[in-house]
Amino acid sequence: MSFATAAEIAGDVAARRRSAGEIVAAALARIERDDKRLNAFTAVTAERARARAAAADAAIAAGKPAGPLAGVPFAVKNLIDIAGLPTVAGSRINREHPPAAADGTLVARLEAAGAILVGALNMGEYAYDFTGENVHDGPSRNPHDTARMTGGSSGGSGSAVGGGLVPLALGSDTNGSIRVPSSFCGIFGLKPTYGRLTRAGSFPFVSSLDHLGPFARSTLDLALAYDAMQGSDPHDPGCAGRPAQPVTALLRQGVAGLRIVKAGGYFRAGASAEALAPLDAVAAALGTTHEVEIPEAARARAAAYVITTSEGAALHLDRLRARAGDFDPDVRDRLIAGALVPGSAVTQAQKFRRWYRDAVLRLFEEVDAILAPATPCVAPLIGQKTFLLDGKEMPLRPNIGIYTQPISFIGLPVVAVPVAPAQGLPIGVQIIAAPWREDVALRISHHLEAEGIVRAKPPPGAE
Amino acid sequence: MSETDDLDAFIEAGTRLQGIEIRPEWREAIRLHLAVSLAHARTVAEFPLPDEADPAPVFTA
Repeated sequence: MSFATAAEIAGDVAARRRSAGEIVAAALARIERDDKRLNAFTAVTAERARARAAAADAAIAAGKPAGPLAGVPFAVKNLIDIAGLPTVAGSRINREHPPAAADGTLVARLEAAGAILVGALNMGEYAYDFTGENVHDGPSRNPHDTARMTGGSSGGSGSAVGGGLVPLALGSDTNGSIRVPSSFCGIFGLKPTYGRLTRAGSFPFVSSLDHLGPFARSTLDLALAYDAMQGSDPHDPGCAGRPAQPVTALLRQGVAGLRIVKAGGYFRAGASAEALAPLDAVAAALGTTHEVEIPEAARARAAAYVITTSEGAALHLDRLRARAGDFDPDVRDRLIAGALVPGSAVTQAQKFRRWYRDAVLRLFEEVDAILAPATPCVAPLIGQKTFLLDGKEMPLRPNIGIYTQPISFIGLPVVAVPVAPAQGLPIGVQIIAAPWREDVALRISHHLEAEGIVRAKPPPGAE
Repeated sequence: MSETDDLDAFIEAGTRLQGIEIRPEWREAIRLHLAVSLAHARTVAEFPLPDEADPAPVFTA
């Protein structure tokens, strides 16, 4: 049952075929057994989870309604607050912070829907990372080949869900940190529209680019979690305050009438055959032949890069002054460089951002969804420093996110869907929709899953 | 002066003025990252925008 979906688990618990206590005990046993290999977890909240499960079972036995995620074990990237634990955000420095007084809002909302938190997940330091490597905690490992990267920065989230430890996890995505691990670990990930889900009770990175969202092994599970987490929140100034727009009931609407196109130009130029073949297979299954060019995508990526490095440096400036030697060197050196970027460059990037947003929104007057690769390659080896991009050897670390950065730069919602070959490593495809149209991307994902085109393939030992 | 010299001088002065102490062995990586960031900044700056263009950070009025 380790690869059971959240929906299956919640159905079993609601129907009293299995107890939440049994489900949680099995999840804790899997974590105990398999996390030595995957290094996905940095803390396990076993006592809390057992108490929560016992309370859930008692409530169900007393005839109270089970929530849509009843008994579903989940874990969160360790930049999201868990009451009683310091929110380390992948760093050494934050371990000295006092324990969080309360859970992050999304943890509370998932638990209100019946889900049960089982722990905190490994991540790249301060989320400035695409690899899932971490000098303090060790790298999270790819469940399909533990010598390979999970992708980052939500590496533990990718590993824990892809490896069958939990069916559901939360992560954050500033420039691709949900979509990259989803791609490398072969699972589904949702980066909602900027401002859709509250970030209250999470450690920030780049305020104007930070998103939180779920990872799962099915579209339905993404939708159930997403619906449970929607809603305004006065404690996050970036949260748009829109009323919830539930999507779960819309998934079966199918794709008839949707105008779906492929992203051309920039999004095909550097991609390897291993990234383009799955994209083309997804497009063919949707009957998509038309390509559009997202205008100035390369410049959008450059602008996102400038804003990220500068805002990130501003966030960490005091820590860089006081204890630069305590950072992960890969993160520290980029943040110090970011502190030297002229303010005029950042303002120019913000001005370009508005131009680019307007141009891309005009594209969405003609189309409903755009397909693009999630990553330029399958999961590289842990420690790998360079790779071939467009036939040239390039530094790996800053270039893993070339296809995700131009999309999150203007906050568009994306579902990353996994294409898993019979042999070899999985890779993701981005289904990109217009702002606030998560329903469109999730409907397409659900259709592709029903058709058997995309799936979260169990790695060896997790069936 | 070469571009490397210029970057090193900029790093030296910029970090000192901001109170960030760097070790000699960090300099090469910082220089590499700064060069990449400034190249991206040039890419952005080359795009013609009118004087009236408004930036798009996040705010609540």
